[in-house]
Amino acid sequence: MKRSLAGLATALVAGLVLTACGGGGGDPLSNGSGGSAQPAGPIRIGSAAFPENTLLAQIYGQALQAKGVQVEVLPPIASREAYFPGLRDGSLDLVPEYTGVLLQYLDKDATAKAPDEVYAALQGVVPQGLTVLEKSSAENKDAVVVTRETADRLQARTIGDLAANCGELVFGGPPEFQTRPDGIPGIQQTYGCSFKEYRSLDVGGPLTVAALRDGTVQAADLFTTDPTIEANGFVALEDPENNFAAQNVVPLINTAKATDQVKEVLNGISAKLTTQALLDLNAQLGGPDKPNPDTVAKEWLTANGLV
Amino acid sequence: MNAVIAWLTDPAHWSGGAGVPVRLLEHLWYTALTVAIAVVIAIPAGALVGHTGRGGFLVVSLANSLRALPTLGLLVLLVSFIGIGLGAPLIALVVLAVPPILAGTYAGVQAVDRSVVDAARGMGMSEREILLQVELPNALPLIIGGVRSATLQVISTATIAAYVGLGGLGRFIIDGLAVRDYPQMAAGSLLVALLAVAADLALAWSQRLLVSPGLRSVSASRRPTPAPRPAAERPAAA
Amino acid sequence: MNWGWIPRNIDLVASLTWEHMVLALVPVLLGLAISIPLGWLAGRTRIARAVLVPVTGLLYTVPSLALIVVLPIVLGTRILDPLNLIVALTIYTVALLVRSVADALAAVPAVTIAAATAMGYRPFRRFVSVELPLAVPVVVAGLRVAAVSNTSMVTVGALVGLGGLGRLFTDGFQRDIPAEIVTGIVLVLALALLVDGLLLAIGRWITPWTRVGAGARVRAGAAA
Repeated sequence: MKRSLAGLATALVAGLVLTACGGGGGDPLSNGSGGSAQPAGPIRIGSAAFPENTLLAQIYGQALQAKGVQVEVLPPIASREAYFPGLRDGSLDLVPEYTGVLLQYLDKDATAKAPDEVYAALQGVVPQGLTVLEKSSAENKDAVVVTRETADRLQARTIGDLAANCGELVFGGPPEFQTRPDGIPGIQQTYGCSFKEYRSLDVGGPLTVAALRDGTVQAADLFTTDPTIEANGFVALEDPENNFAAQNVVPLINTAKATDQVKEVLNGISAKLTTQALLDLNAQLGGPDKPNPDTVAKEWLTANGLV
Repeated sequence: MNAVIAWLTDPAHWSGGAGVPVRLLEHLWYTALTVAIAVVIAIPAGALVGHTGRGGFLVVSLANSLRALPTLGLLVLLVSFIGIGLGAPLIALVVLAVPPILAGTYAGVQAVDRSVVDAARGMGMSEREILLQVELPNALPLIIGGVRSATLQVISTATIAAYVGLGGLGRFIIDGLAVRDYPQMAAGSLLVALLAVAADLALAWSQRLLVSPGLRSVSASRRPTPAPRPAAERPAAA
Repeated sequence: MNWGWIPRNIDLVASLTWEHMVLALVPVLLGLAISIPLGWLAGRTRIARAVLVPVTGLLYTVPSLALIVVLPIVLGTRILDPLNLIVALTIYTVALLVRSVADALAAVPAVTIAAATAMGYRPFRRFVSVELPLAVPVVVAGLRVAAVSNTSMVTVGALVGLGGLGRLFTDGFQRDIPAEIVTGIVLVLALALLVDGLLLAIGRWITPWTRVGAGARVRAGAAA
């Protein structure tokens, strides 16, 4: 009896611990402790937790895989504040990024606004060991979005038009938007608009859309490539003072993993990606049959002759 | 740890609509509302099942299997169907709180000495009177035990309501997470833990106040081994 | 409901289910291994019990989400390391089991221990061969509660990018796919039920004497 009890326990512990800690590339748990420090391993592709970014990670991953590069596409990881440390400590190698927000994340005092300016400034501040490849023309900006009624009532076309009435509006967006330099502080500085209250919701997701629709918030941070803005009759206010800098999609990669072949594939994607393509891709993802990001990615890559 | 103390002692974090007092009150409000609704559902149901002795197996298995129900899953599913606001988190938390109270009430009523019930019946009490004046007061220690357990779980789990845009102390954890502000997250967690300990002490004290002193000495002498502390029935769900 | 989501994602669901099982069960086994010596200690001296039982009990009040995000600082692990979740759930398991183990060992009759001592068992062997086996039923009961709770609690890890089947909740929510959320809930429940049954069966299997005793009593009762 004694033997069977002890033996059973030992076998179970050993088996499960081995599974948890060791394991090959296909093991979903191997992304934590394994030997990710060796540049020889697969390229670990991460993404922020919103569908478009997850889709872009799939596009990168599948295109690289088609060229014989070993990749591992990780599940989505909350926000930049969460995944960026992962890029630095080697848990991650490649993330689809947006030039403007990445620049402001790395340099709080950055003033560049136009696409080329932002891109040039970004190349100067990317930390050692990381590289931004060529940017695409596709942009996905944050936008201050209001309902059609609010826009009409306040006769607002730009964010500045809200200024006189900001004090009566509740603003909703992701938690980090409250402190991000181009978030609430930026809007306040650029347009003199201080909202009545900030409600932490999600990253351009269902909570923010629902809260704006049902009046819980009167203004919200959504993304310009979000098809639900049009579907709900929301208005994305213009940003003439460029509070939100240019936001071109750009691959941010661990320099050690950026071989010529990898660069060629990713730059090829950037060359084909446009803002309209992002809108179409997002509309497909949100469509009634909810296709998987990997399927949508594959269709787009095939249609553009990239796989 | 110093950073956590610094966060907690920063006056800026104690004022305004997003300050500690407001979040604490929100958290208490969600908890009180949830436990109140759960009590209204679970005590009558548990008392009825315990009194009649019918459906006991069902109650026990229901309480056990609900323990495995992931509150986060239920919460997001409810939000998908009924939208944002207090409704979805409230339902998800009530589902969490009902089983321990139900099981405690059922076990308490069922464990009342049959001879005591028979004596009450012999004295001419109606079934209703037996339940209200004999069985429920006798079951009170276990009922309060269930309420304590439920309260602790709700205080701990109410933190995930912040994931669907609600307030409460979970806000500090979710918001801190979004910007990797560890002091804020740790301070939020500490506040939740303190709230849980305070609530548990308050309920333990109310148990002393509410339970008849005669019952305490009787049950103490009859059951030398104390009933397992209900909080141990299930660790914090979130 | 987009039920079509399920067949299209069967591979994802399968790998998340496996990941979920590992994340839920490794802590149960680690927790058991830690709780036995701690529980033994708590059962042995009053002071150890007075410290260990309330302290481990207090650990429940820490919300699991908070624990998962704070652990990387304490452990020096990476944020996406599943180890964070494993350690968090191990802590909860220990919190639950120390008391079970202490109570179970305390319930071993003094005469049994005296008899074993009289038969020449030294303290360590007596603990392993007599006291621990007799404590198994109560420990297994605690283990079942821990395993079921862990299975459900793993899902909270999804909020930080871990969480096995919990990821179906966050993804399904974000993309408005109720079928995905329902799949996650049903699988978590099924997994919990399976693990619970398995532990019950193992508990019975390694304590054959409890069954023999019960059977004998029933037969004796029927004969009388």
